[in-house]
Amino acid sequence: MENATIEVMKPGLSTSIQDLGRTGYQQYGMVVAGAMDMFALQVANILVGNKHGAAAIEAVLMGPELRFLKDTVIAVCGANLSPTLDDEPIQTWKSYRVQKGQTLKFGKPIDGAYAYIAVSGGITTPKVMGSRSTYAKGGIGNYLSKGDLLPTGDPNMKRSGRSLHPDLIPNYNNPDKIRVILGPDEDAFTKEGIHTFLRESYKITTQSDRKGARLEGAPIEHVDGADIISDAVFPGTIQVPANGQPIVLLADRQPTGGYTRIATVITEDLPRIAQSLPGKEIAFEAVSLHVAQELFHRRQKLLRLLIP
Amino acid sequence: MYGDRGLRVVLGESISKETNEKIRSLTTQLEKERIDGVLEWIPAYTTVSIFYNPEKISFDALSQKIHELYENLSQIEIPPAEVVTIPVCYGGKYGPDLENVAAHNKLTEEEVIRIHSGNDYLIYMMGFSPGFPYLGGMSDKIATPRLESPRKKIPAGSVGIAGSQTGVYPSDSPGGWQIIGRTPMKLYDPKSDTPILLRAGNYVRFRSVTEAEYEEIYQSIMKGTYELEIKPYRGLQNEATYR
Repeated sequence: MENATIEVMKPGLSTSIQDLGRTGYQQYGMVVAGAMDMFALQVANILVGNKHGAAAIEAVLMGPELRFLKDTVIAVCGANLSPTLDDEPIQTWKSYRVQKGQTLKFGKPIDGAYAYIAVSGGITTPKVMGSRSTYAKGGIGNYLSKGDLLPTGDPNMKRSGRSLHPDLIPNYNNPDKIRVILGPDEDAFTKEGIHTFLRESYKITTQSDRKGARLEGAPIEHVDGADIISDAVFPGTIQVPANGQPIVLLADRQPTGGYTRIATVITEDLPRIAQSLPGKEIAFEAVSLHVAQELFHRRQKLLRLLIP
Repeated sequence: MYGDRGLRVVLGESISKETNEKIRSLTTQLEKERIDGVLEWIPAYTTVSIFYNPEKISFDALSQKIHELYENLSQIEIPPAEVVTIPVCYGGKYGPDLENVAAHNKLTEEEVIRIHSGNDYLIYMMGFSPGFPYLGGMSDKIATPRLESPRKKIPAGSVGIAGSQTGVYPSDSPGGWQIIGRTPMKLYDPKSDTPILLRAGNYVRFRSVTEAEYEEIYQSIMKGTYELEIKPYRGLQNEATYR
């Protein structure tokens, strides 16, 4: 590959290419995919001078080993998986100039699960249905494997040494409650059921993946069964099947589902769910649409302010 | 209200053709209006859920707009629904459970094929997996429970029956449906210009083909020369005359 910028030396665990996902195809049953942590993806891109929605490499827990075939600028944002450049530790949420021949490696996961490696110019693998996001199950791209060569656009070498202000760096161990908007199937649960959901804490299980976070805790009581006529689900929608154990739907969810939906996680808190490791206890708090959208607007404004 | 970026429009209480028509009118309108800030929508059996960008349009403004569209729904002329013909080679190696379905319903295999291919099926919604149509309208005469133990891999294109539902697997996947045949057509092909063949609100009609025809159609699909059979839907009256 002529314009290859990166050679995959070791693939890591389920490393993929992700952008903002495939918008507009859910009406045909298509999965959106896209980054699990949209905030980290966008910041990583902005720090290397890319458009905020450019495609980047998504690493999960065990990062890949990547060799650079050209000079470029990179940034690693999201989870701290102990990144090193030629064995020298580098910071997350900061852009670095990288020289041809240098190697990016990862070590122990310190905080969070999903890290985004943005490369100046963006990853330019082919677009399918308007997006470069890997959706391996649907035959679109695949998880990285050893020897893969990744193309990128032309780098902007001036964009190195930029970092996110420390006050803005998310803390994934933040014990604050995950905020939700209740519904649309609130009525399918007993008063006690809703109460349980908002009072108890739930543990993230090891059965969690890009499709969703499966939680374990006090069972949530239904009025009369957990099945609904199949209906749309959104990012962060919390389904409760008959066993009363909630599932938070994430990037690779199907567009529709047949289980009762107790609530939807607000956009502001989606990255925190995605970055939570199995074993972590989380609790939920109901907020109004107004509160959720104020936070949404604030976050979007922040992203705009970061663009130089 | 549905999360902080969603608006859910309820157009009916149960699965019906009438509700589906309303849904189709609304989605046709959404497509035409291209409301600034509406990113996409997901039609389902009784609802349309709209995903929007709150930076571009407020919840209240969007609700208002949808109310206006809803008020005018009955006056909207929507293009006639289309019937897409799906050729199916029934039985044999492609339909290992045709025998089961016939035995369960005390019919001959030919009768099962005639019933299954003698009806236009409404595509209520798309989902479950990319390109999978939720079809309505299968005759109860051929309804058959799922297999007791699901198969590990069902090839793409397999046509199956599960209870009183019928469907086509768009990709290879595990499943417990009674497989009665297979189509060479690709309901999901991410590399194609039309990655997904079917649309909610349209109809599907299965046409029985021989193994030789199946091969021929398969070859022309691979070459890109296959012409899809699409007819306007003429409704139930014509269906009666057809019989």
